[in-house]
Amino acid sequence: MAGPAIFLIALFVIVPFIFAIGLSFTNQRLVSPNPAQFVGVDNYQQLLGVATLTLDPVRDAAGALVRDEAGAATYPALRGYTRKNPDYPGLDGMREWFSFTLGEARTFVLAKDVVFMTAILNTVVFVLIVAPAQGGLALLLALLINQKLRGINLFRAIYFMPVVVSIVVVSLLWRFIYDGNSGLLNNLLAFLSFGTFRPVDWLGTKETALGAIIVMSIWQAVGFHMVIWLSGLQTISPTLYEASAIEGASKWQTFRYVTWPGLRNTAVLILIVITMQAFGLFSQIDVMTRGGPLDSTQTIVFQAVQRGYGKQDISGGSTISVILFAIVLSISLIQRWLTREKR
Amino acid sequence: MAMISGDTHRLRLIVRYTILGLIAVMFVFPLVFMIVSSFKPDLQLLTDTGSLRAFLPVGDISVNNYLAAFRRAPVGLFIFNSVVVTGVTVVLSLLVCSAAAFAFVFVEWRGRDLILTIILATLIVPFETIAIPLLLLASKLPWIGAEGLTFGWLNSYRVQIVPFVADGLAIFLFVQYFKDLPGELIEAARVEGASWGQIYRKVVMPLAGPVLATVAILKFLAMYNQYLWPLMVVQEETYRPVMVGLQYFFQLNRAWGEIMAYLSLITVPVLVFYLVLQRAFIASIASTGVKG
Repeated sequence: MAGPAIFLIALFVIVPFIFAIGLSFTNQRLVSPNPAQFVGVDNYQQLLGVATLTLDPVRDAAGALVRDEAGAATYPALRGYTRKNPDYPGLDGMREWFSFTLGEARTFVLAKDVVFMTAILNTVVFVLIVAPAQGGLALLLALLINQKLRGINLFRAIYFMPVVVSIVVVSLLWRFIYDGNSGLLNNLLAFLSFGTFRPVDWLGTKETALGAIIVMSIWQAVGFHMVIWLSGLQTISPTLYEASAIEGASKWQTFRYVTWPGLRNTAVLILIVITMQAFGLFSQIDVMTRGGPLDSTQTIVFQAVQRGYGKQDISGGSTISVILFAIVLSISLIQRWLTREKR
Repeated sequence: MAMISGDTHRLRLIVRYTILGLIAVMFVFPLVFMIVSSFKPDLQLLTDTGSLRAFLPVGDISVNNYLAAFRRAPVGLFIFNSVVVTGVTVVLSLLVCSAAAFAFVFVEWRGRDLILTIILATLIVPFETIAIPLLLLASKLPWIGAEGLTFGWLNSYRVQIVPFVADGLAIFLFVQYFKDLPGELIEAARVEGASWGQIYRKVVMPLAGPVLATVAILKFLAMYNQYLWPLMVVQEETYRPVMVGLQYFFQLNRAWGEIMAYLSLITVPVLVFYLVLQRAFIASIASTGVKG
């Protein structure tokens, strides 16, 4: 009786998963006249290749620094090192990701695929902010809802409502909130600041786009985790609260010594679930920014889809998938280790 | 003395309800904006965002946006497609996953524990990481239908349904629930000579109401709101679900009123469904967190 389920899971989860690993070592395309070839770790090198290059500033014949109009030291052009320079074969085809100066020398961090590096960084930032913020806010809401008040179920139902709405629909609605001209957020801020606030194009500005998507994502999903916290809260025995009330514990003490220890397992579960969901960040990006402006909202999955589907580069997309899985797996292992039962 | 404490009690209550109410406003305002705007002409919709009128059904109110939305795209077809894909997947998923869980919990067979462990391990593989190779696989799979043997599943209902029928989370939820059923019931039925199929149909399933509801609701939400997968595998209008159908509204002459009408059409039924079955929805999410 387990046959159909085992067959389907093997075919549609395990086979594609093994496929992803296999394809990542080939140059497979979705439709191609040529058979796929084994290319070793080329795909991984193309995506993850990173190198540093430290250059001394340019000096004239007398040994003095050559300065530009602004008075800053100048450095040799990177092109000379990254375009078929026989002395630096490892740097071929790389581009500048970022650079920093130590003393006089400047260190350039180069990457084969700067956009993908940015995508990894953005995704990690998203996860690092969303996981604690969403988990924490969900706990606050759960504590607020977990009191005996008339009509409290109505509020619980309302807080949960965005969870049942598609993230695609939510993303489109929030485009109205974040709009640069007549957006609801700009109008609200202008009203609160008596018109002194200058409108911001929240999704069209490099510095605010990712933050805007983070806020919206938390708004949509926080009700889900509120409910999971609630179910955790309800497993805590009322006699423990009675005991702490008799002892004269303050609200904070009750939370710290009664509620929180009872929520340990729930906390671990919530942290892992949010982290895994957050790494899959795609729909919001596809609907709201398509990775822009200036790649400030590129994410790992968006990159995987752009390549694997958009450019029909199955092997490139699969390689990104494998990298994503490696990151998700190591993060959940780290989380499990950090939150392990201390004996 | 009693008067004062009564007053502070009332004050506290007012503060509590105010906080709860303000948070509630934060969660509903985009949805109210959506529904209200769907009845407004474009120009008014945009100017209204400057004031609280954005959330009120005032001014030139009509159903014109809805009529225009139906003229612009085969909205009825998209909704039909979503209902077919979601409905069939939910039903098949309930059958396949409950039967599997039944075999894992009650029947002894070789390799049972190992296979269950592997299935539960697939829970940590996010769908996003297998979507691309799954796309390649789906483009090559065979199918025997009216035209005989064909290859490639792209642009069909089956490509949207079959990969999602068996799912580790659903099996996990059924297994958890079945483990808590009294084992004596099954033993008694065995002693009376009932087959496993009979026990599944007549003993276990009649007791599985709550977990069936949980899995159905979770599956319904996941399937109806799916976006990434249908975006990749369905290019033809005939099989498009509602979320992908949205693209029609972002081509030429973007009209926000029409977009709001379409969003309301595909969202309000789900919201109503949720509000009616609110307790079951929340209970089903809560049950996913009990054991982890």
